[in-house]
Amino acid sequence: MSAFREAISEAAGLIVRADADFLEILALSVQVTGLAVLIACAIGFPLGALLAVGRFRGRGALSLLVSAAMGLPPVVVGLALYMLFSRAGPLGVLGLLYTPTAMVIAQVVLVTPIVAALTRQIVADLDSEYSETLRALRATRAQAMATLLWEARPALVTAALAGTGRAMAEVGAVMIVGGNIDHLTRVMTTAIALETSRGELSLALALGLVLLVASLAINGALMGLRQRIGEPAHG
Amino acid sequence: MAERRVIPLARPETRGAEPGIAVQGVYLSRGGRALLRGVDLALGGGGITALLGSNGAGKSLLLRVIAGMIQPDAGEVELAPRFARPALVFQKPVLLRRSVRANLAHALKLARVPRAQRAGRITELLDLCDLASLAAAPARRLSGGEQQRLAVARALATDPALLLLDEPTASLDPKATAAIEAIALRAAGRGVKLVLVTHDRAQAERLAGDVAFLHQGRVVEHAPAHRFFSTPESAEARAYLDGRLFL
Repeated sequence: MSAFREAISEAAGLIVRADADFLEILALSVQVTGLAVLIACAIGFPLGALLAVGRFRGRGALSLLVSAAMGLPPVVVGLALYMLFSRAGPLGVLGLLYTPTAMVIAQVVLVTPIVAALTRQIVADLDSEYSETLRALRATRAQAMATLLWEARPALVTAALAGTGRAMAEVGAVMIVGGNIDHLTRVMTTAIALETSRGELSLALALGLVLLVASLAINGALMGLRQRIGEPAHG
Repeated sequence: MAERRVIPLARPETRGAEPGIAVQGVYLSRGGRALLRGVDLALGGGGITALLGSNGAGKSLLLRVIAGMIQPDAGEVELAPRFARPALVFQKPVLLRRSVRANLAHALKLARVPRAQRAGRITELLDLCDLASLAAAPARRLSGGEQQRLAVARALATDPALLLLDEPTASLDPKATAAIEAIALRAAGRGVKLVLVTHDRAQAERLAGDVAFLHQGRVVEHAPAHRFFSTPESAEARAYLDGRLFL
């Protein structure tokens, strides 16, 4: 139990002292995750709606692919992107390897399928209620998609939350493409992995606790948002 | 095969001075069951027509075929050009999770009504359906009657010449029913053609100028309302009006 007590006091100390290195790591974590989730939602919401109500060849196959991609192993995604971005790789000239941009790209690849697959299900469920009415109102397919996405917004916050959870907790892919470089690409999860391997267990645990608290705060904020836009009075 | 097209004006076989809707030889089956079995029906360009019949007679299906929402297996539906974009109201209104006003604005937006014209049109519709005091209320929190009034207002948003109503008052109490009927009569008074699916004989008597009686997927009788209710010609309609089961 003493290790836990030590970890908790260390975590509190990190926050109270406002340790500069620690804050830098925390800020980069939030930035990378936030940006990745935003991009994943910008792609995943319309893609999910298209899979739910679109009529085109290959829709079934694409749905299957997106669902299957929810379970992509992060290490494999990291490795594929590493090969893509490494100097000899096809995108090597971009010089993205070991940058926060590469980490964002890796997380977008991991999070987009989750957001898209959940959105597909949410919009399909809603469509079964709305489709006849929207057809009677002569909504085009694009108008119907936009209407359904807007009506589904409280549930879409949950989809975004699921994506945020994955991105926040992810370590394998950002470790490979980011490299866990101090002051450049070190984020909470890679720092925890590093401290663990160094045997600094209480520091690792302290970082883990802070990550947990940050995750709780983000979840709480998004759930508050969900409740607010869930009120039918608004919009 | 199945077709739905806009007819040129003046078809000799339509009833009344003005042609409106011509349904010819419409067949529709689902899952091996014949649901519409050769429907022929010619409706004029104005007034209120009731599609009357028991549950399962094919009334709502026929309405959807007329609306173009369901393609029949065979036969055709022809509509006068001004009926090319009919509006529909269903038994159970599905409203957006927005205010009453925003629901109407959405329908106008879908129809690409210019933004500058929307506010004025919304005010008209709110007045027409007696919803002005509820304009800012969340649509999903209205009473059943108010929701259906909003659904009718939404259907009328784009000024359709043809309004198709599928048992709009089946889940409503008498007061809410009377409000919907008043709106229907007002719309008909403004020249909108109404086709009303109902199994409520009294409602058909109150509203309709003519009645098409459906039985087992066919129109077995189509007559002016007063004649249909006083001297029905078919055995099926007589049995229905007497409240007897006719299988």
